[in-house]
Amino acid sequence: MNSLLGWLDQRTGYKAIVKHALYENVPGGARWRYVWGSTLTFCLAIQFITGIFLWMAYSPSSQTAWESVYYIQNEMMGGWFLRGLHHYTAQAMNVLLVLHLMQVVIDGAYKAPREINFWFGLGLLMLVMGLSLTGYLLPWDQKGYWATKVATSIAAITPVFGAEVQKLIIGGSDYGHHTLTRFFALHAGVLPASIIALLVGHIYLFRRHGLKAKEPRMRPDAAFWPDQVLKDAVACLAVLAAVLFLVIRTHGAELTAPADPSEPYSAARPEWYFLFLFQFLKYFPGGTEIWGAIIIPTVVMLVVFAMPFFGNWKLGHRFNLGLMWSLLAGAGLLTWLAIAEDGRNPDYLAGVKAGHIEAERVKELAQSPAGISQLGAVNLLRTDPLTQGPKLFAKNCASCHRYDGHDGLGNVPKDAQSAADLKGFAGRPWLAGLLDPAKVGSTNYFGGTKFRDGKMVKFVKKDIAGFSAEEQAQLKKVIAAISAEAELKSQRTSDVVDAAVIAEGRALAAGDSMRCTECHQFRRKDDDASAPDLTGYGSREWLISILSDPAHDRFYGKRNDRMPAFGKDEVLDAQSIGLLADWLRGDWYEAR
Amino acid sequence: MAEQDDESQSGRRDFLLKAAAVGIGAVTTLVPAGAGLVTLLDPLRHKARAGTFLRVATLNALPEDGTPRQYPVVSERQDAWNKFPQVRVGAVYLRRTGAKDVQAINVVCPHAGCFVNYQPDQKQYLCPCHNSSFALDGAIKDPSSPSPRPLDTMEVKVSDDGGVWVKFENYRAGVHEKVVAS
Repeated sequence: MNSLLGWLDQRTGYKAIVKHALYENVPGGARWRYVWGSTLTFCLAIQFITGIFLWMAYSPSSQTAWESVYYIQNEMMGGWFLRGLHHYTAQAMNVLLVLHLMQVVIDGAYKAPREINFWFGLGLLMLVMGLSLTGYLLPWDQKGYWATKVATSIAAITPVFGAEVQKLIIGGSDYGHHTLTRFFALHAGVLPASIIALLVGHIYLFRRHGLKAKEPRMRPDAAFWPDQVLKDAVACLAVLAAVLFLVIRTHGAELTAPADPSEPYSAARPEWYFLFLFQFLKYFPGGTEIWGAIIIPTVVMLVVFAMPFFGNWKLGHRFNLGLMWSLLAGAGLLTWLAIAEDGRNPDYLAGVKAGHIEAERVKELAQSPAGISQLGAVNLLRTDPLTQGPKLFAKNCASCHRYDGHDGLGNVPKDAQSAADLKGFAGRPWLAGLLDPAKVGSTNYFGGTKFRDGKMVKFVKKDIAGFSAEEQAQLKKVIAAISAEAELKSQRTSDVVDAAVIAEGRALAAGDSMRCTECHQFRRKDDDASAPDLTGYGSREWLISILSDPAHDRFYGKRNDRMPAFGKDEVLDAQSIGLLADWLRGDWYEAR
Repeated sequence: MAEQDDESQSGRRDFLLKAAAVGIGAVTTLVPAGAGLVTLLDPLRHKARAGTFLRVATLNALPEDGTPRQYPVVSERQDAWNKFPQVRVGAVYLRRTGAKDVQAINVVCPHAGCFVNYQPDQKQYLCPCHNSSFALDGAIKDPSSPSPRPLDTMEVKVSDDGGVWVKFENYRAGVHEKVVAS
């Protein structure tokens, strides 16, 4: 073994390198305050290792980025852990960078002859921020997409070449495949390579000038190995423990719904360590953003770069210390303000909540038997009645109608309810309510409409109220029959079980005794019918037709109250009307 | 004596320090590397889909003289995150061997996995990569061919409506036995 190592040493001189690396002098002995550089190198190593493994499963294009990250997160063995490790180590790095920088400034390690190394360090800081920014977009989820849009839009306000700069960054005039290929090349290629180059210089210069000891020195000088190495290792272990705690507690990093330029995301925020910049921008009125986004940050960075020169002045070091503490306090304050403002902002909070719900829902859909098609996962939510139905209802229906008392999304609209509550529409309980003398005149049925004193309400209040027990039993059968026309998913079993009752009810409804066909048509063409068609009542086709044109002869005709013709007047497209119909019918994919 | 004790104590302390430094260093590096390796090994958990009978062609479309014809095989496919309901997953040569009998040959060369071409003039299949040649029924034609086994044939059923159904499978290349790829 020894001869083999000797052979190797002769050819490489590795022993001298190892000795040089391990037996570097630590003036005043090992101290905890010297660990920050090592923890950063350690984090960088974690990012390289986990990053390369993630790379093996990641696919940068707008139809595969979210999908491949979803696959890593939910399908691949230990993928969530690997991704979580990468995500939280990135956050740890930002904290450690600040600690390292503060320690260097406090100890005066930026002063001559260490100026250049200080600049290398600042360069590394900016490269790591670049990695955070580019990495945030790569999952191509709503959160990263909208947050990064803000960042790249800021690039557009650069004087003179703004538009060109932005175009170059995002690889075109709009976000797309090339935004991802560019961001990925930066994130996994250009920036890491630049970091290695700067880090080599950083460590070389650090070794050349030696450690800047904190005075007074408590103990005699010692070698780097083993005391300082152990302290460094323990610090790295502590960082790792903190990261692992976060990874396990949150089951890895969050993946929100796939990026969709047509869907709002009011919870779009940059990562927490960029929040101070985000907040800062709020104080610059329109037209002056350039001050907050570019000029002031650049000036601050230039001042920090010039700190080694100030350090030579009499009170320079104190100035530098004061500057760093104020910057830190300012950034801290801005971050706190941003978080506090968001905490009071109902739009933001609703956005976060909706974001979580959509993230869970898209996962459910991706795991459904249909899976993710070539159109990508973004199509899963776009074509999902459970996701789109409530939004469409809130926007188009809830100014008059209600859904279980709210607007579909859980909010109570400002306008008073003036049309039926459509939760459970065409189901047996809903129809039973409509035919209940005590309920038909309430706002949940006709109470808010111009039909409140119409024939139907009168019929229910007068005639049905006077029904004998036998007639009441017949009415129940009619309800079952009319409800069965809808072929609702929720009544699939009872429709089969009650087939005989339904058949009876159908005959009753079509006959004269129940008087339905005096106004409605049911399973037979009747040109004199003046009320909505009961044939296929509440079925998908029926709902789509009434949504498209309620004033059609088949429905309310000229007597239509205020309901818009969503299809005929092209208020909504066919897909949206279909989604609304499916949602009202409770027809969407459910995981078992 | 006391001096010696001190020395051995400090030696022991030194050793423990070094061991702890190396140990902790190793643990911290193993976590990310281990996490990456576990995920990297994920494909080993997944098996290839079992072969199922797929309708490939109709009997009428096959030349009566037994000349092979190439057909794509269309099937459902799960490719990592994507699910394709109907996509081309491979190709077969179909050849009539009787009034209602059809032979199906996988187009993949058993040597190294290239797509073999049918050459009507020579009435043979030739692999464009390493020149393995196969007879019409898939048998090795030239004994010096690099292929370790004949072309892979697959089970065929002809349904009453004249549909030709092939139990489509892929096989491991480079080995003497015909083993279904897992």
